[in-house]
Amino acid sequence: MTALLEIERIEVAIGTLRLLDGISLTVDRGKILGLVGESGSGKSLTALAALGLLPLIGGRVTGGAVRFDGQDMGTMSDAQRRALRGRRIGFVSQNPMTALDPVQRIGAQIDIVSRLHLGLNRAEARKRTLELMTQLRIPEAAAVAESWPHQLSGGMKQRIVIAMALAGDPDLIIADEPTTALDVTVQAQIIQILGGLVRDRGVALLLITHDMGVVAQLCDQVAVLYGGRLAEEGPAAPIFAAPAHPYTRALIGCIPQDDMAKGTLRGIPGAVPGALDFPSGCRFHPRCPRASDLCRSEVPVLTRQGPDHIVACHHPEGAA
Amino acid sequence: MTAPLIRIEALTKRFQTGGGLLARPREMLAVREVTLDIGKGEVVGVVGESGCGKSTLARLILRLIEPTAGRVSFDGTDLSALSPAALRRMRRRMAMVFQDPYSSLDPRFTIARVLEEPFRVQGEALVTGQMGEMLAAVGLPASMAESHPHQLSGGQRQRVGIARALALRPDFVVLDEPTASLDVSIQAQIVALLADLRDRLGLTYLFISHDLGLVRYFCDRIVVMYLGSMVEVLPAAGAAPRHPYTQALTQSAFVPDPARRRTIAPLAGEIPSPFNLPPGCAFATRCPLASDRCRAERPALSDDPDHPVACFHPL
Amino acid sequence: MSAPVLLRAPAPLRALRRPLGAVAGAWLGLVVLAAVFAPLLSPYGYDIQALKEAYQQPSAAHWLGTDEFGRDLLTRLIYGARTSLSVSATAIAVSVFCGMVLGASAAWFGGWFDRAVTVVVDLTWSFPEILIALILVAIIGPGTTGTMIAISVAYLAQFTRLTRSQILTLKGETFIEAARSLGAGNGQILFRHLLPNTLAPVLVSAMLATGDAIILEATLGFFGLGAQPPVPSWGGMMSAGSALVFKAPWVILFPGLTVAITVVAINLYGDALIAALDIKSRLRRGA
Repeated sequence: MTALLEIERIEVAIGTLRLLDGISLTVDRGKILGLVGESGSGKSLTALAALGLLPLIGGRVTGGAVRFDGQDMGTMSDAQRRALRGRRIGFVSQNPMTALDPVQRIGAQIDIVSRLHLGLNRAEARKRTLELMTQLRIPEAAAVAESWPHQLSGGMKQRIVIAMALAGDPDLIIADEPTTALDVTVQAQIIQILGGLVRDRGVALLLITHDMGVVAQLCDQVAVLYGGRLAEEGPAAPIFAAPAHPYTRALIGCIPQDDMAKGTLRGIPGAVPGALDFPSGCRFHPRCPRASDLCRSEVPVLTRQGPDHIVACHHPEGAA
Repeated sequence: MTAPLIRIEALTKRFQTGGGLLARPREMLAVREVTLDIGKGEVVGVVGESGCGKSTLARLILRLIEPTAGRVSFDGTDLSALSPAALRRMRRRMAMVFQDPYSSLDPRFTIARVLEEPFRVQGEALVTGQMGEMLAAVGLPASMAESHPHQLSGGQRQRVGIARALALRPDFVVLDEPTASLDVSIQAQIVALLADLRDRLGLTYLFISHDLGLVRYFCDRIVVMYLGSMVEVLPAAGAAPRHPYTQALTQSAFVPDPARRRTIAPLAGEIPSPFNLPPGCAFATRCPLASDRCRAERPALSDDPDHPVACFHPL
Repeated sequence: MSAPVLLRAPAPLRALRRPLGAVAGAWLGLVVLAAVFAPLLSPYGYDIQALKEAYQQPSAAHWLGTDEFGRDLLTRLIYGARTSLSVSATAIAVSVFCGMVLGASAAWFGGWFDRAVTVVVDLTWSFPEILIALILVAIIGPGTTGTMIAISVAYLAQFTRLTRSQILTLKGETFIEAARSLGAGNGQILFRHLLPNTLAPVLVSAMLATGDAIILEATLGFFGLGAQPPVPSWGGMMSAGSALVFKAPWVILFPGLTVAITVVAINLYGDALIAALDIKSRLRRGA
């Protein structure tokens, strides 16, 4: 069965700056892919590329392809892409505080998605909206539908945004840091909802986050980005148990855990490079404990580390 | 037993907003009767979610805002009794590191000016070479003194903020979510730096964060706050939670290990509005163990000196 | 994110790198030079009358012609620059100073003082500047001093409001809180942090207001309320020329054009300066 979303060696540029360099990802139906990276890694750009929304920020695809359900999005017309967005691909954005229109009532904002994409009339759309809200465990859905965004808490707003993403009955949901702006207990609720969506409805989920804990909890596949390139990709278990890329390993080691002795948290020296200062060769080499001359001069290609597990490193951990 | 460095007694802060011709002013209890002792050399963590009052508490302790009730004593001296001049001198011994590295430095200042300011305020001058030392102590090159904040990364700016806080060799540093805006890899660097500095300079920290995992790694004792009240004080990072809220917080932190996935049983409901605090226990609206008594009466923090809990049904 | 002024070449110079900024800046430079070096640059004295040469068209002897008293128009235009600029610039400078003091105090102390200042500012704000200026000149009497005071007061509201709102925004910034945590007193915070960060937007606003002030000064001069004869002012020249529109149109044309071009130049240069200072994004810090 073909993957639902296939990003194949995509290159994205803004102006003359090449920000994404040969990223390949696949998201299958009923599965969750976690796209991990720190700021400047290019993960949000990847989401925009998958949605065909790069022109919004002045970006464009300069190489590679994005295929949704087998169709190349690059060769589609604008109208075809628009038909996909909202209907077959739902998007949950990062900041629930600003994702909703402050001058429209909640219900109206969800209604419009089903009216536009499913052709429902006003009454049917409202019925669907209330159903979605109840499924997302929003209490007193009818009352909330009549309220304004500013009257809701962050967690509630994010649930509304998820409802909007679901309203078109999509096959794929792209969620860009959906819980970063939320309290930890609310994050747990949202993560549970997202997991439930995949299990019960069979939607595919591309989850973009910097939080490795969330990735470990939720994701089937993990892709790690660094400096606009793919560092490592594979199923969650081997990525966490035996990370091949030094960056992945270091990143996991940056997360404070109960059983860590005090003083063992060290961080990764240096800082994430900006697009103007991408190092030559492997972009991680200035911060890598295993860097060699080869790393400084040659860009590492993706090599197979295990079944489904690929890594772009000249000296992957666990290799000879 | 030696006297604590900081003694906080029943500290309370009430805010009023709104009010005017057509609306009555609304009151919010941001911090409610917080009582805590912080010993010299301790690292005390304060953890909680939005509205818990931890940031307000930090500012009350340093007397950046005036309490509505209660007292803070620093090394035996009641801070509220100090004259402005005496308070200014006292500020040499207490400092704060702020959350947002981007707005905590004056954009028009050079780093040198930023680091000089604590001295100028106290009417002192820097000794030659001190600037370089201050920067080196936080892992920054001496040449950075001539730069402006916008030329530095978030992590570097936060290091400058730490250097500024430590300029006059304080005894006590309040860290208000010092790593919240930083990438995980930089966060770990900064935490390592803070641990290092604390060992070398014998500092006492009050470490505020929403990240329980981070607080458990870094802190000795942990104060858990919910809607302005202390609900529990964990005597050690690894101590088992006794308050249902602390338990919920613990369970909401996901471990970066897919082998240790949990079944998520998230807390129901939302954090109630601080303007409409329910009578009784503030957590009762979401607590799986809530009883009628919880809804009617507010539990006080228990007398247990090691592991106090404010709950009628502690775990 | 943008660089503050201190880092690259100063913003006024960077503004000249843009084409419109360069042209505008060149014109303004010319006007300022004319005002400063008036006696050296003028071919004649500004009050030398030669009635036989009245109403002459522009010629080799008189590049811009002569007025009804045979006075050389170019000379009067150059001295008029001196009047216009000195009156407007001084008036705006005083207005900026007073406005910043008032606005900063209102923002810093708040309470009843802030409310009082806001009420007064809002009242003044609702009157057109020309009206305020006319009323004040009527009270004080015509002449350069009267015009200066009138213009100062007319623009006071603008600078008070601007300063006040800038400082109110800055008060909430973390670096102000940080300064307080170090023990900095009110005065130290005001003069070291708040006012310097307010300066850039206020100065740009002042520059643009100078353009308006030149028009205001010309208007007052047109009504005979500005600099009194024989001191030339652009407005006064236009007033005299208005009667001669058909007979000697250059008498009104040249001063009129000069005012228009100068004000446009100020606005264009101001735009280039705003872009060079990148003020809007400076206060909007981002990751």
